[in-house]
Amino acid sequence: MKSNYRKIIALLAALALLGAACGSDAASTDTTTAESGSTEGGAEFTVAVVAPSAANDLAFSQSMHDALERLKADGTISDFVISENMFVVEDAGAALRGYAEDGFDLVIGHGSQYGSLLQEIAPDFPETAFVWGTAADTFGEPNISAYSAAADQGGYVLGTMAALLSTSGQIGIVGPLEVGDAKLYIDGFKAGAEATTPDIAVNINYIESFSDTALAAEAATAFIGAGADVLTGSAQMTAGAIGVAGNADVLWFGTQSAQTQLAPDVVVANQVYHWEGILADLIGNISSGTLGGQSYDLTLENGGLVIEYNDGYELPAEVKAAAEAAIAGISDGSVSSMGG
Amino acid sequence: MIAASILAAQAPLSNFFTSAVILATLASAIRLATPYLLASLGETLGQKSGVLNLGVEGVMLLGAFFGYWTVLETKNEWLGAAVGIGVGAIMGLVYAVMTVNMRAEQGISGIGIFLFGLGASELLFSELVGTPLPLTSKFDPVAIPLLSKIPKVGEVLFDQNVIVYFAIVSVVVMTWVINRTTFGLNVRAVGETPEAADSLGVSVAKVRYTTIIIANMFAGLAGAALALELNIFQNNLTNGIGFIAIALVYFGGWKPSGVLAGSLLFGLVVATVNQLKTLGIVSGTTASLVTTAPAILTVLALALIARRASDPPSALTVPFTRGH
Repeated sequence: MKSNYRKIIALLAALALLGAACGSDAASTDTTTAESGSTEGGAEFTVAVVAPSAANDLAFSQSMHDALERLKADGTISDFVISENMFVVEDAGAALRGYAEDGFDLVIGHGSQYGSLLQEIAPDFPETAFVWGTAADTFGEPNISAYSAAADQGGYVLGTMAALLSTSGQIGIVGPLEVGDAKLYIDGFKAGAEATTPDIAVNINYIESFSDTALAAEAATAFIGAGADVLTGSAQMTAGAIGVAGNADVLWFGTQSAQTQLAPDVVVANQVYHWEGILADLIGNISSGTLGGQSYDLTLENGGLVIEYNDGYELPAEVKAAAEAAIAGISDGSVSSMGG
Repeated sequence: MIAASILAAQAPLSNFFTSAVILATLASAIRLATPYLLASLGETLGQKSGVLNLGVEGVMLLGAFFGYWTVLETKNEWLGAAVGIGVGAIMGLVYAVMTVNMRAEQGISGIGIFLFGLGASELLFSELVGTPLPLTSKFDPVAIPLLSKIPKVGEVLFDQNVIVYFAIVSVVVMTWVINRTTFGLNVRAVGETPEAADSLGVSVAKVRYTTIIIANMFAGLAGAALALELNIFQNNLTNGIGFIAIALVYFGGWKPSGVLAGSLLFGLVVATVNQLKTLGIVSGTTASLVTTAPAILTVLALALIARRASDPPSALTVPFTRGH
């Protein structure tokens, strides 16, 4: 569910304008968004999420939004709300605390930057379950759990395919910051490509931003100019890079959410995060009285990571077979997704 | 296309100094600089008349969304650019009412415009589009006869899309308007000593209304141009361009030519850093440090500007009240 928080923010901004026009010096400079915490009647299990980007970013935040939609559809949860674009940690802290005060059964800090906030807030709400990620640390708190994504696994599979599809022997990767699941994905992708074609050139540009769409596009343009015929990247700013790939007929591999709609002709496959499996386990534990202390991990084996092929792209059978072999190898432990 | 060997880890610096890479970097710099140039040109005109608008970013976001949405619905990039300009004009009218008629404190009201643009563009994007969809129409490059045939350089400088040409021509036109026309004289007078201008029969309100609306039209176009260049809209697409554009006005000494130089320099630094990282010439911690170069450049420019002869318009941020 996406509530009317943007309308509230727009209204507040309009009020700020009016206040400024009337000579007020008290206008807020808060650029984050906040979402109503109300739920509709008959709630049995409610979830609140604080996310660093938009719920429709076709990346990290959308993967959580989509998972909660699926959980709501199958009746596992009764309702959920999301506070989007919480890139200012202080505002995220206020939202997390507010959701706990509002009595949500589970409060999710969907970003590795929110850990210290939960460590501070959770002890004040011992009856509320908190979870955050991507991370593994529960801080020893009885009501904090953590989740992570073994993004290197899907990265390895996609890297395997990329190496087989590249004719120039050049692959470019547009990364945000060298942290978290983005780094895992990129490391796995590189390992998969190099394991498949040892002399392939895989170059990485961490643009040091999760939100600079224009710079991501320029990074993709530079890679293509340097001869790359396969690109990939992680985080929401890659929408710009995908557009460049689409215009240049250069292949793209997506991660976190399905990105095919951004360039249907060139997106080969996506590693999609399906958080609903581990969230269902977490909710089951919470319902039985275990509020925290658990660490969860999305993997290919447990179905949390899914390689979704683009039906609109004619993938050679041998490439798909290699991908499936890599999935099987990683799942049974015979292949290391970090190479070696 | 550059040789395959270039894309190797820890490539030597000499790989950057090839004609292909340098020209690609220049082309990238021009693409990156265009939204900065458009937004800062408009802000220059506004500030020359004594009005600071910290809401450039918000107006850009609205221009970006409405331009994107228009092209998504109509597949007409010209209409998209026009709508971006129109949205800027409307926001300019709003800002003019606030700052000229209501004499609002400009810093606060500008932040209000920014917040409104940020929130409204997100709301409208969520309600009207939902999830990002790529545009299928955009401005194609237009080659200038003869000039575009100049070996290598011609393709970079004279085979751009119409928005780039418009931005460059606007520098010339705005320079002429500010320095050689009666309107420009009035703008400068209103920005320096509005009381004197008023005593000579110049309508301070009319001049400021005009400059504010034109300034915001440039900001709206800058946003639309960005969305059209990227073929996409996302929340907070401008990512701070509007704020840097304001800094570039100071960097440029309130002159269109200075703003042009600042925009190109900023774009060139960003493009060069991006190219060095893409080619693997810098990586790891070094790359992270190099990435801060554009920000350092901005801070240095603003620090140095205080030592230059160019001073901001005397009446900048000061509301005008007859008799005060």
